Amino acid sequence: MELSKFLIMRSELSLLVVILLLLIVEIFSSKRDQAALINLATGFFLLHTILGFMPGVEGVLFGGMYQHTALTEMMKNILNVGVLILLMQSSGWLKMDSNIGKVSEYFMLTMSTLMGMYFMISAGDFLMMYLGLELATIPLAALVAYNLKEMKSIEAGAKFILLAALSSGIMLFGISLIYGSSGSVIYTEVMGNMNMNTLQIVAMVFFLAGLGFKISLVPFHFWTADVYEGAPANVAAYLSVISKGASAFVLVTLLFTVFKDLFAAWEVLLYAMAVLTMTVGNLFALRQQNMQRFLAFSSIAQAGFILLGIISGTHYGMTTVIYFVLVYVFSNLGAFGVISIVQNATGKFRMDDYSGFYQTNPRLSLVMLLSLFSLAGIPPVAGFFGKFFLFAAAAEQGYYWLVIIAVLNTIISLYYYLRVVKRMFLERSDKPIALINSDFLTKTSIALSVVGILVVGVLSQVFDWISLYSWGM
Amino acid sequence: MDRLSLLVLVPALTMVIIAMFKDPKKVRLIAAVGMGVQLIQILFLLFAFFAERNAGNTSEMLFVTDVVWYQSLNIHYAVGIDGISVAMLLLTGIIVFVGVFASWEIEDRTQEFFITLILLATGVFGFFISLDLFTLFMFYELAVIPMYLLIGIWGSGPKEYSAMKLTLMLMGASALLLVGILGIYFNSAPDGGQLTFNFIEISKVNMPMEAQMFFFPLTFIGFGVLAAMYPFHTWSPDGHASAPTAVSMLHAGVLMKLGGYGALRIAIMLMPDAAHEMAWFFIILAVIGSVYGALGAVAQKDLKYINAYSSVSHLGLILFAALMFNQVAYEGAVLQMISHGLITALFFALIGMIYSRTHTRNIDEMGGLMKVMPVLGVAYMVAGFASLGLPGFSAFVAEMTIFVGSFQNTDLFTRVATVLVVSSIVITAVYILRAAGIMLYGPIKNKKFEMLPDARWYDKVAVFILIGVITGIGMFPGWLSNMIFTDLTPMFERMGN
Repeated sequence: MELSKFLIMRSELSLLVVILLLLIVEIFSSKRDQAALINLATGFFLLHTILGFMPGVEGVLFGGMYQHTALTEMMKNILNVGVLILLMQSSGWLKMDSNIGKVSEYFMLTMSTLMGMYFMISAGDFLMMYLGLELATIPLAALVAYNLKEMKSIEAGAKFILLAALSSGIMLFGISLIYGSSGSVIYTEVMGNMNMNTLQIVAMVFFLAGLGFKISLVPFHFWTADVYEGAPANVAAYLSVISKGASAFVLVTLLFTVFKDLFAAWEVLLYAMAVLTMTVGNLFALRQQNMQRFLAFSSIAQAGFILLGIISGTHYGMTTVIYFVLVYVFSNLGAFGVISIVQNATGKFRMDDYSGFYQTNPRLSLVMLLSLFSLAGIPPVAGFFGKFFLFAAAAEQGYYWLVIIAVLNTIISLYYYLRVVKRMFLERSDKPIALINSDFLTKTSIALSVVGILVVGVLSQVFDWISLYSWGM
Repeated sequence: MDRLSLLVLVPALTMVIIAMFKDPKKVRLIAAVGMGVQLIQILFLLFAFFAERNAGNTSEMLFVTDVVWYQSLNIHYAVGIDGISVAMLLLTGIIVFVGVFASWEIEDRTQEFFITLILLATGVFGFFISLDLFTLFMFYELAVIPMYLLIGIWGSGPKEYSAMKLTLMLMGASALLLVGILGIYFNSAPDGGQLTFNFIEISKVNMPMEAQMFFFPLTFIGFGVLAAMYPFHTWSPDGHASAPTAVSMLHAGVLMKLGGYGALRIAIMLMPDAAHEMAWFFIILAVIGSVYGALGAVAQKDLKYINAYSSVSHLGLILFAALMFNQVAYEGAVLQMISHGLITALFFALIGMIYSRTHTRNIDEMGGLMKVMPVLGVAYMVAGFASLGLPGFSAFVAEMTIFVGSFQNTDLFTRVATVLVVSSIVITAVYILRAAGIMLYGPIKNKKFEMLPDARWYDKVAVFILIGVITGIGMFPGWLSNMIFTDLTPMFERMGN
């Protein structure tokens, strides 16, 4: 094999270089250089992100196990942007005393899971995809348990790894059934042998259950709230945005290719899961008091909306799914950003604590307002466009009742998003959270999310760009 | 930059400039100047519109700009105006301008207040110039959501409850509307060809009957809720009662008209067959709304509640007229939107001024106010006479036109409905005269009220402008009604097909 063929794996390789570089830097750094280390790691990742936008080489490697197309490149770029914002956002938190000595770990673990997601997205067969999934999951468990001195964090880590192992097992079982019924694990070969027999449908259900766990679709969502609550805010953001986004990408590509001929089966499944996920997520979010738990349920509900785009099975549907994930990256990172800033500065995480937040922190409140409105789908911010297009994708295929259920759910969601707005803007408090000052990187990351929220919707070029590389069943 | 987009740009720019100043005095001055420029701009637009029409330009929409926005769904940024939208723009321009003066005394978070208020106005201006259902819907939601903050932060009474109720009900309606709009879009080319969001284009095709029957109720109710259609009117009294003065004015004066405009222009005009089929049901709701609203107003003691229920009643008239399938009634519906917008804005402005002096809105606690504040008292009487349809004021013209139109439908059902609706006018006289009598005449019940000041200069600006326009339209309705009638013709003719 020619060496130049490795250029096809450019994103993975460059990320690997970053991780290894960090490993070396870590050896030579002392505990006093934490700030420099953070800047360096973020800088490396910035370079990696920029590199991702350079025109790449499409192709297939390892006998079809790995494939790189314009679509996968775009998906990876979207994840990169999200991770970049997230890493910058974490800088304030990482500089805290409790994190001294484990800063580079954070970066290496985060990037390793990202690497796993790359492989999931680029996989050409089920085994590769499974390996990628494991690589994406196990470091995440370590990240969830990052606050070693907090019981909640460790508990969340243990829960996460146990349930992730369970879901992996279920998924592997599904893969083995797929192998049994079609004689292969390579996507293209499996695709040719799909004929709606019972075994294949069962296999698909098991497989979807495993993937549904990652996206936290109801009824595979039970871990979400506890883990999000226990994990550090930035890790929760990572789980809810990057991890979920990557899995949604995998779901849409797999359903549109490998399971294409089983459409009649997964249409019903997805319909039911969409309704359940939206409704359950929303209803449970209504009464949450802990901000991270609240966003956990809100993110479950958001995942339900994504299914509307997938169920359409069209080119337009895939475009809307990817677009929505991009919008969701900005919106949710904005919200999580504010929460993590507040939590790190004051240790407060309850919704009541945000009472009168606007009095002292007008800018942060406005960021939160924009992010929540974007999550709720209020114009003119990006979330409105994301939701509208998802609904349009489903409506185009005649799923009007599904769309009606979805829009009613957006109203429920509006109620709980407004509850936070009410705390911040409507209520006056004698002792509001004091003015918080964040460091430069965190501020920049928040600014980036805000720019994303404001710009991605109004500029149709973003949507057209995604549409260029998408395809339908 | 085309001249219609300026209507959105000027408010947007005003908001940006306001954001740079913290001093309340400067802020309200900038707001007044910005909205003044906006009003002048609209007046020029009106003259330009007449010039075009007189020059023989008969195209349905004038000053059209059409830019493709989202290729894949064929979403355009398309703006244009005809006689109906230009009239609504004029109404909005006047009320927003006056609303700034009615908010002159806002001291708490002045900067934020005016930004949010103008954001709401931006949504309304954008709504009335949109030709594309997507942008129309976008501006619609943009106009609704600032209400939450405006009522929740600057309101009074159970403001958080009212704000939440209003927002959820209106956004719930807009959710139905969203489905309706998507349905209209995907059925906009039944014979194949390019789907479109442009409602002028859609009105030229016949949507399949099945689709109409499914999407008409969604769209009509979606807009109807904003027009306080019975039984979805419950957000309105609470919302209006809790809202600060200018917000009540804008909301009852303009925002509710978005509902009427949309119900007529989008729901009925685009899906006339289904509208015909289901008209009986919605006519019943409209009749109940107008009579029930009037009776509700009789039962109230709080000035704002009286006026809010009166709005439910008058908006019922608009929906009633919209369901008459008769060009004269349609003309009446549009006239009523304008007339009621102006009158109710005047009412809410006066109520706000009176409340800021007496600190009560309960009519039983007031009395003899005519002696202490003659200007406001006389203005209130004028508003009352206008509202109950005295000749010489705009409401007379509007309501007369509606009933003349609806009486042309000779079937028994419509006749009975018309008679019932007319009765609401009588009840209007009851609650208006009763409230005015208790509040303005008789002995002064509260000693403190003897020292109350009369209208200040900014109050007078607001009141005199509104009274001037109301009587102006009442005395010289010809130009307005001709303009509306002429521009309804092409739409109405297409509905017949």
